[in-house]
Formats: sequence, C-alpha cells, structure tokens
Amino acid sequence: MIAKIFPHPYLSLTLGVLWMLLVNRLAVGSLVMATILAIAIPHISAAYWPARPRLVRPMALLGYIGLVLHDVVVSSFAVAKIILFMPPAQIKSAFITVPIDLPSPEAITLLAGTITMTPGTLTVDIAADGRSLLIHSLHAPDQGAIRDEIKSRYEARLKRIFA
Amino acid sequence: MIGTALDLIIAALLVLGGIFGLIGSFGLLRLRDAMQRLHAPTKASTVGLGAVLIASAIAGGSWQEVLVTLFIFLTAPLTALYLAKTLIHGHINPSDVPPAANGAQWAAQPPVAQKQ
Repeated sequence: MIAKIFPHPYLSLTLGVLWMLLVNRLAVGSLVMATILAIAIPHISAAYWPARPRLVRPMALLGYIGLVLHDVVVSSFAVAKIILFMPPAQIKSAFITVPIDLPSPEAITLLAGTITMTPGTLTVDIAADGRSLLIHSLHAPDQGAIRDEIKSRYEARLKRIFA
Repeated sequence: MIGTALDLIIAALLVLGGIFGLIGSFGLLRLRDAMQRLHAPTKASTVGLGAVLIASAIAGGSWQEVLVTLFIFLTAPLTALYLAKTLIHGHINPSDVPPAANGAQWAAQPPVAQKQ
C-alpha cells in the first residue's frame, strides 16, 4: 500500500523537503503541496527510473556527504596554494584513467560529481562501456596515488552504500 | 557581547569568501591551458561560496542557504563535465588522453579516422 503511493521513497522525501525549503515557511498549505508533489512527481517520472538503485545503507550516505564536504574544504586550500604560489611551468597536469566497478548509473554519477567537487581533480568523460572514468588532475606528480585514493576513499564507500 | 562575536564571525567568513572567489578568478588568468583553467572556478570558488552561504545562514538564519548549497553541488559538476567533454571532443589531441580500461572508447572522443 505505502509502496504503491511512494514507489520511490527517497525521491519523495527529497521533493517534499525541497518544497518546504523553497517556500521557507511552515504552514499547513505548504505541507499539503509538498505531499502532493512528493506523490505525483515520482509517479510521473517513474518511466525514467527503470531500475531503481537500492540504497543499502542510507546512513552511510550521510557520512559520505560529510566526508566530501570535509575534502572540498581541505583540498580547496591545496588548489589555492597551487594557483597562487606554484610557477605555472611546474604545474604537472595529467589525464588519468580510473577503472570503476560500481553497480548502478546513479552511483557512477555520484562518484563523478564527487571527483569534480573535490578540488584538484575533474571528471572529464566516461568510457562508452561505463567501466572507466577519465579524470584530469591539476597537479599530479604521482598519478597512481590519485587513482588509488579515488578508488579507496570514494568508490569503496559508494560500493557499500549502493549494493 | 555575543552579538559582536557573531558579527566578527560573519565578517571573517565574508572576507574568506571574497578571497577564495578572487583566487578562483585569478586562476583563470594564471593557468596555462583550457583544461587547467576549468579547475579554478569549480574549486576555489566552491569554498568561497560556501563561506558566504554560512555567513548568510548565521546572519539571516534561513534554511534556504541549504538549498543554494544543494543546487550548486548538483549543477557545478555538470557544467564542468560538459565543458570538459567539449574539450575532449574537439580541442585535445586524442593521443594526449590515456586509453580507457578494457579497450573501450571514451564516450565524447571523436571516432578514430579511417585509414585511407
């Protein structure tokens, strides 16, 4: 019954919370509208989610978000240092191939977004077979280390979150 | 007393935001090629914007700063990705890009020219 009304509970929750934040006012009318949107939009867009990813550990996702926010701040300072103080000729930029082993397109999207948001690296492209990402690193003296860090720090966690 | 301390924190965050925004823009001038320049605005500016948003949240106490953060984190990677894909497709020599694993092609890479 509940699964029929909310075929995609996390999407419904996100939409509802998003609407409440947009109106920025706790009123019964807004709550009703949030509920209508939370029910209607997942049903209308169901055709675009043929295989919904299964969140095995939703709490781990919160931890992941915290980790990414922390990394964004820490590595922003690193990039600022490179921009300000490193002679341009010494900046060793490189393209790096990262083989990926994630179960769903949603998890890959999340990993690609994480790589872009954490300063110093940028997702450039995905392989046609979806098994590797092409990333660009602003300063990569050791390309293997960057690849290993992405795999162990982010991909391993995402693998645990999406089974 | 607490009001003054809050004002100081807000001011410090705004200054930090301004500095990081400036560094991001300065990077555009300083870095050498298009791929490197893509790094500057997506990165340093993220923290700059974050600092301004936190300052705004402290001063105004509204939840909408959370929304701005969310939308930035959703849209910034997409912009960067599409700029990068365009560069890969038409402006970067395919031999400068490492091959994908398992012999696959990169999605945005132009098809290899047929041998005459």
